[in-house]
Amino acid sequence: METFFQQIINGLVLGCMYALVALGYTMVYGVLNLINFAHGDVLMIGVMVGVTILKFLQTAAPDLPGIVKLGIAIVGAIPICVIVNIIIERVAYRRLRNAPRLAPLITAIGVSILLQTFAMMIWGRSPIPFPQVMPTESFNIAGALISQTQVMLLVLATAAMVGLVLLIERTRMGRAMRATADNPRIAGLMGVDSNKVIVMTFAIGAALAAVAGVMWGANYSSAQFAMGFVPGLKAFSAAVLGGIGNIYGAMVGGILLGLIESLGAGYIGDLTGGFLGSHYQDIFAFVVLIIVLTLRPSGIMGERVADRA
Amino acid sequence: MIKNSIGALTVLAVAVPVVAQEQVIRIGHVGPITGAIAHLGKDNENGAKLAIDELNVKNLQIGGKKVKFELLTEDDAADPKQGTAVAQKLVDAKVSGVIGHLNSGTTIPASKIYFDAGIPQISPSATNTKYTLQGFNTAFRVVANDGQLGSTLGRYAVQIAKATNIAVIDDRTAYGQGVAEEFIKGASGKSKAVNIVARQYTNDKATDFNAILTAIKAKNPDLVFFGGMDAVGGPLLRQMKQLGINAKFMGGDGICSQDLLKLAGDAVGEGQVICAEAGGIEEANKQRMADFRNNYKKKFGVDVTLYAPATYDALMTMAQAMVKAGSSDPAKYLPVLAKIQHQGVTGLISFDEKGDIKDGAMTIYTYRGGKREQIAVTR
Repeated sequence: METFFQQIINGLVLGCMYALVALGYTMVYGVLNLINFAHGDVLMIGVMVGVTILKFLQTAAPDLPGIVKLGIAIVGAIPICVIVNIIIERVAYRRLRNAPRLAPLITAIGVSILLQTFAMMIWGRSPIPFPQVMPTESFNIAGALISQTQVMLLVLATAAMVGLVLLIERTRMGRAMRATADNPRIAGLMGVDSNKVIVMTFAIGAALAAVAGVMWGANYSSAQFAMGFVPGLKAFSAAVLGGIGNIYGAMVGGILLGLIESLGAGYIGDLTGGFLGSHYQDIFAFVVLIIVLTLRPSGIMGERVADRA
Repeated sequence: MIKNSIGALTVLAVAVPVVAQEQVIRIGHVGPITGAIAHLGKDNENGAKLAIDELNVKNLQIGGKKVKFELLTEDDAADPKQGTAVAQKLVDAKVSGVIGHLNSGTTIPASKIYFDAGIPQISPSATNTKYTLQGFNTAFRVVANDGQLGSTLGRYAVQIAKATNIAVIDDRTAYGQGVAEEFIKGASGKSKAVNIVARQYTNDKATDFNAILTAIKAKNPDLVFFGGMDAVGGPLLRQMKQLGINAKFMGGDGICSQDLLKLAGDAVGEGQVICAEAGGIEEANKQRMADFRNNYKKKFGVDVTLYAPATYDALMTMAQAMVKAGSSDPAKYLPVLAKIQHQGVTGLISFDEKGDIKDGAMTIYTYRGGKREQIAVTR
């Protein structure tokens, strides 16, 4: 039971990070019908900037409490990721907005490679240890351990998601975003500045990725220039799983995927008597994705998009 | 065409008088002289140069003729493609033998070329088991392979670290999987009381090990073996600590680095990590090795980096086989080389039927007080 409970915690923590990144995919898709395949690398930039800030703080202000340092790292990573994502939108997507769908997809992949290469030039090829600022001592809940970093992550992710929902449902900008997602042309005719909405969408997505990135580094304790690819791909799957374009879907899909991955990797060896093993950890996400899409092509919470045309 | 024949004539004209005076034996050396691990390649090359110079001072006679050794060095840049290209170049230059390559990745593809040409090859540092499993009678090495490393660690875990419940993780690379499987063989061969309680896998780019570590924790192991590199091993150790797993942590040379300390932070408990590297100097050889290091420093003005002693030994072993056989013709000295006993600076060198070094030395380390510390040299 302890083990099961621990796996649930592992899954929730992982799932929250997937959800934060998935929101970035789904929001951009909502307003632009475009998959920003460089989004995983924005997460990576977040981790790297976080590492740099923490390394600086370790020497400049070693006496600050760990939670404050981590907070500063997140606050510092957000503007960098936001700027990077806005530049990506400006350079790689804006001019292609009326181009065939394949074109921005290709530039997205190009930008992804470009970001990785830049990161490799700045931070080097080898994995960088993520500075350990939070104490490793964990809280014990009914035999399962949850570290202070993980508690912080769960709190932050919940706050970010609630904040996002409020922003989208309750503010003028949120209404403009929903209107643009629903029908960009009519929204434009109604006086919505679509460029502003799109830039805002990219900025929010990047901020969420920055939070997820720094927490990813703090929780799993390493950073490398190519580390954004797999989490990015899985977060994209989470977004599709939940129903791409739907922010609630991204949250549900992300958390579900984290749970499936943890439970799958944890139990598959025992369940199959060693015939299948935890090296299949990375494919659970995609197997589930295929199953869900076969049964329900629009994802768990997605709406039909066919009427859009 | 005309140019070529003139070139050939010039070469002949130059070569003929040399042959008349003494026989020149050409030995090839290959290692990465450029690229990320160029410093290691240069170190190997220096080791080979030192051996050649010492041999030439001795005025050796082979088959009644005075001989002069000549080193042909090539750069493979640790790249398999370049490795096979320079291997062919050495074969075309009609070398009598080759010392190298440095990496397993270049040594293995090149070994086919040397085998086809019948030229003996001794690698000072390639540890992948495949190298000597291809059935090539020309392939030798003077360093213990990954299999020997894994099984030695397995024996050590059971006999000295007294582990009874062992969990094994590997990163599914050729190296990680190989070391882990040999470890299991070595551990379970020695005692029936040993249980492999968990077998888990990850990959060499993964960062999240919580799920597999939680599954491992449920089995209560007293030792966790990891087949893989320090880049994964460091975060793995930290996550072990986070999940409250206090087992010993063991691995091969992939994790046995100074970087592990940086990557794992304070998760490396005193004496908690046990790891091993191929090669090692026992008491009896300490003086010989110290002399070698002195000579090396005098000649090149720098300290030995890593494999220079092994490269030196490899070349000396090859030369001794030629002297014993009375010929530098590969076909004639190859059978002698296969049966040779040579006292080198790294220890006694002789080969088993596959070409692996017999009882290759290994050094076992742990980490204490933020430093790597040698525990034992074992064979």
